[in-house]
Amino acid sequence: MKRLLTILTLLLMLTPVATPLAVEPEEILSDPGLEARARALSKNIRCLVCQNQSIDDSNASLARDLRVIVRERLVAGETDEAILDYLVSRYGEFVLLKPRVTAATYALWYGPWVVLAFGALGAALFLSRRRNVERAAPLDDAEAARVADLLREADADQDQHPDPEARS
Amino acid sequence: MIAELGHYALALALCVAVVQSTVPLYGAARGDDILMSLARPAASAQFLAILVAFGALTHGYVTSDFSILNVAQNSHSLKPMLYKVSGVWGNHEGSMVLWVLILALFGFAVAAFGNNLPPSLRARVLSVQGMIGVGFLGFILLTSNPFERLIPAPLDGRDLNPLLQDPGLAFHPPMLYLGYVGFSMAFSFAVAALIEGRVDPAWARWVRPWTLAAWTSLTGGIALGSWWAYYELGWGGWWYWDPVENASFMPWLAGTALLHSAIVVEKRDALKSWTILLAIITFGLSLMGTFLVRSGVLTSVHAFAVDPERGLVILALLTIAIGGALILFAIRAPSMKLGGMFQPISREGGLVMNNLLLSVATATVFIGTLYPLFLDATTGEKVSVGPPFFNAAFVPVMMPLVLLVAVGPMLAWKRGDLPGAMARLWTAAILSIAAAGFVWSQQNDVAFGPIVGFAFAGWLAGGSITEWAERIALFRVPLATSLARAGGLPRSAHGMTLAHLGLAIFICGAVADSFWRQEVVVNAKPGETVSIAGFDLTLDKIERTRGPNYQTETAHLSVSRDGAPVTTLRPERRFYPVQQMPTTEAAIHSTFLADLYAAIGEGGDRQGWTVRVWHNPLVPWIWAGCLVMVIGGLVSLSDRRLRVGAPKRRTNAPSAAQVAGAD
Repeated sequence: MKRLLTILTLLLMLTPVATPLAVEPEEILSDPGLEARARALSKNIRCLVCQNQSIDDSNASLARDLRVIVRERLVAGETDEAILDYLVSRYGEFVLLKPRVTAATYALWYGPWVVLAFGALGAALFLSRRRNVERAAPLDDAEAARVADLLREADADQDQHPDPEARS
Repeated sequence: MIAELGHYALALALCVAVVQSTVPLYGAARGDDILMSLARPAASAQFLAILVAFGALTHGYVTSDFSILNVAQNSHSLKPMLYKVSGVWGNHEGSMVLWVLILALFGFAVAAFGNNLPPSLRARVLSVQGMIGVGFLGFILLTSNPFERLIPAPLDGRDLNPLLQDPGLAFHPPMLYLGYVGFSMAFSFAVAALIEGRVDPAWARWVRPWTLAAWTSLTGGIALGSWWAYYELGWGGWWYWDPVENASFMPWLAGTALLHSAIVVEKRDALKSWTILLAIITFGLSLMGTFLVRSGVLTSVHAFAVDPERGLVILALLTIAIGGALILFAIRAPSMKLGGMFQPISREGGLVMNNLLLSVATATVFIGTLYPLFLDATTGEKVSVGPPFFNAAFVPVMMPLVLLVAVGPMLAWKRGDLPGAMARLWTAAILSIAAAGFVWSQQNDVAFGPIVGFAFAGWLAGGSITEWAERIALFRVPLATSLARAGGLPRSAHGMTLAHLGLAIFICGAVADSFWRQEVVVNAKPGETVSIAGFDLTLDKIERTRGPNYQTETAHLSVSRDGAPVTTLRPERRFYPVQQMPTTEAAIHSTFLADLYAAIGEGGDRQGWTVRVWHNPLVPWIWAGCLVMVIGGLVSLSDRRLRVGAPKRRTNAPSAAQVAGAD
């Protein structure tokens, strides 16, 4: 039921609004370059009354207002950063779907790397331990010769009866 | 009457589960065969009782018995029969009954097919399975009774949420639950092994097929849900990194890791503690998925079950199950014997890397999904973590994994030859460069993303095919011999190749869609034309008709390309009067290379209609890739070594100790 939550939210949020469709034709800017920037920005801005939806996906009236604000400011010549700054100053960090790297979000942004570092360390320790024990018993010449014989036999055997599991 | 029988059967199942979770466990500790032998009939009885309860609830839905509160709230007499049946699990209470039914089904399967399991292990596995049953049956009976009566009965029901009245979603929950709950088998086996204090390859031979079956179902379930979101929500997207989606994706990632580490336990008797830990984590993430959807924790009040108390009960169950298992792990795992030795560059080493990367990927999704909650609870600050974060954090972890997937299977067990493997991967390198070059030549403006994406997909596909071709010595021996060798390969080898190829196909689809999607939104009146990606769509007319339980407005968009007619798309806007709710039914024209996707919004004859058209390149490959992965899982599942009860084949891989001791 993984989309259910979104849907239920939508239902609660959008009643009595109509179908869940986003950007309306009359909002679209005539300059395709600016419109492309508006769309890219919109994908990073949260519809504050929706459940994890960007203003690009939502047709809640607030999302529509935010889309219009973004476009007005783009037309006025503001940079993407300035527009995001403005929205953050007005609505807080909550409005960004991609949180900025700040003290509060270090754990979010660097957490996966910390997990990777510890995991890699653990895996490296584990792998080296696995290897050391094997090295403890090197083959002497007689053993090596015997292994070579066995391998030759196994090869000959395999040519007659290809054993699919030999490599698996 | 039938509803009361169902309620009674649920209570009976709880009683049986209590017996199943205690007596055989005690018997196993005492070495008492008679007490242990109680596990199998108990598991069968529990399954039967829950089946009766599920049947009773289904009967209520099929006959539209609105004196049952649950039916009255979620069904309607005019609803098509398919959705009457799927309505059983389209709500909190009914879906929990399905959950325990599948749980008991797995227990029943162990009871029915577990002849070759050591009796004490079987008794303990079934006991642990019984404990999970006790928790969830108790939860249903105490907080979520699906058989509650409603007197007086209303004349008709409130209908199922129209968005859920869809064939894709009818089968999505059962498959998803088969996956979620299927991981309970790995969990029960892990806990039973911890109690026994012993893990051997025989244990892994049992855990692998159950994990594989669960993984295959979960893959199918997630794909169905994603497909449904794609065509039903009318947004043209297929994955939103929504918390509920992530809740199903985390067990998938962990389960994928488990699937691979269980191979090492089976073949090489190594990675045992880690595999047990992974089994516990995977099922823990499944339980967390169940919790997240029902608690409303991440979403304030808009969850499946609005009652936060229910969420708390599931959280308590989660804590007891996973906390208990982890404590047991901490006590028992250090005493487990380490298994076979291997070099870092080896198949085992590759699978360790696979597990490392998949674990980091799981952790990334976990952190991203729960971070807003964590930050809010600790500092009161509110942040949003949405798709841009996940795309930035998740993709870099998956990229080395994709590189590795081609290399790992080329390495031998114990001691691999990396330069040799890389030399044999020249075909993969060529395919990778060819894919990147083709994409580069086709793009108008050079974008780096798709070139890299297709290079990775080409590498993965090339590597998988090369590995398979080498196994059957394709082009090195006569073709007939190669085909004979292919026939002699274990099915799990074919399954692996298919699953990895499926991943490559999926990557192509995902990369193409995220970089090359086009969208046009216009306000159109009948007779006007929309152009996108070389297609011209003309709005012929809007037709108003009635369905069985809805009214609909259907747009007729005739599609042509360079003047030649292609097809007619008929997107709909439906209105369901019972729930007072509109839905969109997108119209999709799928070809091998792209989807042409149309949806209509509000409008009227005078002001025109909002028409949205997307051109989504390679989107069909996303689901084709998932389908190939599922087929790979099924093929692998049909391997005789994994088939329950099949005799163990002689292995001719003597361990290092045996070789050394041979003189």
